Amino acid sequence: MCNQTVCLVQAAIEREGIATISITLLREVAEIIRPPRALFVNRPLGYPLGAPNDAELQHRVIAAALPLLERTDVPLIEDFTE
Amino acid sequence: MATYKDLSLIDRVFMTGYRFSHFRIDPVPCAKLSKPLAECRFALVTTAGLHAPGQDDFDYTIKRGDDSFREIPGSIQSNSLIESHRSRSFDHRGIGQDANLAFPIDRFRELVVRGVIGGLNERHFSFMGSIITPRRLIDETAPQVARMLREDKVDAAFLTPV
Repeated sequence: MCNQTVCLVQAAIEREGIATISITLLREVAEIIRPPRALFVNRPLGYPLGAPNDAELQHRVIAAALPLLERTDVPLIEDFTE
Repeated sequence: MATYKDLSLIDRVFMTGYRFSHFRIDPVPCAKLSKPLAECRFALVTTAGLHAPGQDDFDYTIKRGDDSFREIPGSIQSNSLIESHRSRSFDHRGIGQDANLAFPIDRFRELVVRGVIGGLNERHFSFMGSIITPRRLIDETAPQVARMLREDKVDAAFLTPV
């Protein structure tokens, strides 16, 4: 349900004219709900940035996510491939 | 891994039976960035049920889900964040070790120092994601947060579930 809640809050923010990107841990949910931009991180629920105390991995997830903010071909879902 | 087949039987039955399509976003809004990322002011939004010391816990006894939110001060120390998300559907241990796993405030501060992004907002927001009936979230609390971010002149938001 967390993944759905993220998508719904995301849409509200985007409607205010603010570009948004979310991490999703359940691709199936993002495909149905359709947030504007999502990065699917294939990690267990509870681990959206990959792993605790692994700043480099967390930075790689963020680095994969941020460029998606510049895209306007929404809705879009890209995969974090690590 | 996180796909439906990795969930517990109870969660899998719930997720496959839940009418997600009822809350499908249509039309999908699209805001165009008006400046380069290196000049953008960012806010973080999570549904990890995190909050600052002194703020109320999220209320897991509300059957439809607690659709309230907490305002996280921009000056928060990541290791002071409290997680009151009581869902049994995810492993809480990672966030317990490092709140950046779901609320990467230290990583974003590092990106400001590196000049990758322009800056961080003076407040961020946290929800607890277990909202079965998100009507009030859609109609009231999410738009309320969105308006506050607009008033803060935030350019971009980074959102994370658990």
